[in-house]
Amino acid sequence: MSASQTHGHAAAHDHHDEHGPAKGILRWLTTTNHKDIGTLYLVFSLIMFFVGGTMALVIRAELFMPGMQLVDPQFFNTMTTVHALIMVFGAVMPATVGLANWMIPLQIGAPDMALPRMNNFSFWLLVAAFSLLILSLFMPGGGPAAGWTLYPPLVLQTGDAFPLAIFAIHLAGASSIMGAINIIVTIMNLRAPGMTLLKMPMFTWTWLITAYLLIAVMPVFAGAVTMLLTDHFFHTTFFAAAGGGDPVLYQHIFWFFGHPEVYIMILPAFGIVSEIIPTFSRKKLFGYDAMVYATASIGFLSFIVWAHHMFTVGMPLAGQMFFMLSTMLIAVPTGVKVFNWTATMWKGSLTFEPPMLFALAFLFLFTIGGFSGLMMAIAPVDFQYHDTYFIVAHFHYVLVPGAVFAIMAAVYYWLPKWTGHLYDIKLANWHFWLSAIFVNLLFFPQHFLGLAGMPRRIPDYSTQFADWNMVSSIGAFGFGLSQLLFPYIVVKCVRGGARASDHVWEGAYNHGLEWTVPSPAPYHTFEVAPVVK
Amino acid sequence: MPMNMKRALGAISATALAALWSVPAAAAWTLNLREGVTELSREIYGLHMLILWVCVVIAVAVFSVMIYSIATFRKSKGAVPATFEHNTRAEIIWTVIPVVILVAMAVPAARTLVKIEDTRGADMTIKATGYQWKWQYNYIDEDVSYFSTLAQASNEARQVNAGIDVHSVDNYLLEVDNPLVVPVNKKVRMLVTAADVIHNWWVPDFGMKKDAIPGYINELWFRADKVGTYRGQCAELCGRDHGFMPVVVRVVEQAEYDSWLASQKAARQAAAAPAAQTAAVTTTNALETTTVLVANAE
Ligand SMILES: [Cu+2]
Repeated sequence: MSASQTHGHAAAHDHHDEHGPAKGILRWLTTTNHKDIGTLYLVFSLIMFFVGGTMALVIRAELFMPGMQLVDPQFFNTMTTVHALIMVFGAVMPATVGLANWMIPLQIGAPDMALPRMNNFSFWLLVAAFSLLILSLFMPGGGPAAGWTLYPPLVLQTGDAFPLAIFAIHLAGASSIMGAINIIVTIMNLRAPGMTLLKMPMFTWTWLITAYLLIAVMPVFAGAVTMLLTDHFFHTTFFAAAGGGDPVLYQHIFWFFGHPEVYIMILPAFGIVSEIIPTFSRKKLFGYDAMVYATASIGFLSFIVWAHHMFTVGMPLAGQMFFMLSTMLIAVPTGVKVFNWTATMWKGSLTFEPPMLFALAFLFLFTIGGFSGLMMAIAPVDFQYHDTYFIVAHFHYVLVPGAVFAIMAAVYYWLPKWTGHLYDIKLANWHFWLSAIFVNLLFFPQHFLGLAGMPRRIPDYSTQFADWNMVSSIGAFGFGLSQLLFPYIVVKCVRGGARASDHVWEGAYNHGLEWTVPSPAPYHTFEVAPVVK
Repeated sequence: MPMNMKRALGAISATALAALWSVPAAAAWTLNLREGVTELSREIYGLHMLILWVCVVIAVAVFSVMIYSIATFRKSKGAVPATFEHNTRAEIIWTVIPVVILVAMAVPAARTLVKIEDTRGADMTIKATGYQWKWQYNYIDEDVSYFSTLAQASNEARQVNAGIDVHSVDNYLLEVDNPLVVPVNKKVRMLVTAADVIHNWWVPDFGMKKDAIPGYINELWFRADKVGTYRGQCAELCGRDHGFMPVVVRVVEQAEYDSWLASQKAARQAAAAPAAQTAAVTTTNALETTTVLVANAE
């Protein structure tokens, strides 16, 4: 070995170190590294998950028994409202954005996100947004309490919290739009040579479609809340009938955003599950092309079903028919996805590590949420289900054992790649089983409550609803407490543990470029683009 | 750790069981929708059961395949992964079959929907107006109008830390001072609107739920075929006391309805005589409210 070679190698090494992370807190404030920003998003979302979860426990504690024991009804309404806003915009969405930041460049062989400074900005905007939202809780007149849907005229009765909450939504929306632009630009421009669109891993695919949904609907939502703002402060009457406006118009605009928003939360989860099931089945994803097209169809359909949230507003018959039929249609591509995941396991060679357990729970429990969704698509029957605990059960089934379980699965799947350590599998199994049992105890009885006639968003209820409410509250506390295991497992894994190999999971080697980089993934990866055959 | 967790779990489940045991025997553990007492509610119930069974059958089929796969194709049992990646015939089948099921579901659903929206030929019309937090009922053509508010006993018991056992209150939170009274076997058309924020008028036994929106007049109809008292609640978040504005409807025989109506009119006239001044003001206000309301396009 010649001296010059050694020298050259050392120089390259020094050069590399210059681009390492800054030291201390400044690293996190100024970072433009996709892995750092991914970590920031994930940590932020975990904190918000516990904040929003605590609010859910306040709700379930009050509902443990009939009678008002703990909180004022107005504060109860604040809890349901802010719990939802935090979980949707602060926990689920940032978690999937964090996963996108970490994994999309690794999956497509890109050195970083295409717009790294904007990436940093969009994260810190989110922190500002949620600081404002949480600050709004302490304003005179109490926090926002009109439901996360912010329907006028009720929302216009909000006190000083109103402008703070609206501005928080504007900031969170701007953050989401920037995040979405970044993801689209990255995927469109930075794919490794040979990585054609139809070779992209499913997680990247689902995020590409999600990002387009975000860009399409976040501005619509921003417009709606801006009109609320001017109705409140500048005497416009967009949504006030007395001035020639229309309160139902708000609902149409909101749900034109709100329905795609549901898919913004669930499509990345579909992507995650499409990565994990093949790995632990040691088999390629069944019907990859069909999965891509099904995701795209769901994305398209999500724009033409919004008024199924509004069957009771008094739409014309033709409108109800249209939205009933278009909504039922969504069952077809969603069914294709479920069948394809099942077919992926068929004649595979399955093992049941924690990511697979969470993905399997997703498969069963999301499907249950899909069934109740199909039931609610039937407009005449929805007159009974609408605004009862049946809908609460439905959307929590698709969002908690749906989206949240998928996010947990993703963390357990990629954590060894991020940290270079294997986590405590035994403890993660405990986390899984406790979560899976309690989540059903929490949400399944809510179907019964809704069918028995209990409306949602009420702080107290008739004694006939006492039994299942108590079961549901016990499930809630069990579920909430079980989640404390999760940060413990993650922190323990960051600090140390058995070394993870580069492909980590036996079945992972042929599923995406992320398994070709070392574990832990170095601060900079793919400085030279890999070639995909 | 697992040992501790087992102990903790044991403690939690013991508390849970004890808590469940203390639920009064009257508790219903209701699981399903009620059939209700109108033609529409029974049709809706039928649709609900149909779609529920369709879902159950599909779920059993799909979940069986999943469970079979999980149980059989295990690496620990020496399963060797197959290499197939798609199967066009299977994919066509599981796209087409759901479409067929959905079309089959859509037909009866659409038929019921048409019936629900057909408010023609009503025997009588009542306007329900939602307020924060009570209902006002106007018997159109009858000059009878009154407010319907949460019953006193429930209202006292529902205050934070009231110290009243809610189980001792009859129909806790589902009782009002002045229920809506309608005759049995008559097609009643309800006009539903609101004065401040959006509310929702809902009686589960009638199968009907409609938003009460300021500036809109929505319609619904029901024909109750069984005498009785039917209870529902406001079903759209309407502020602090949203949980405390129930809807109670007494369905009575025609004769009882007629005498009730007569007594209402008599009471109204008796009240009007000494307080003509106040009544005049109230009427003007009511008229103004009515003119502001924009009739919903039909
Ligand atoms: Cu109300």
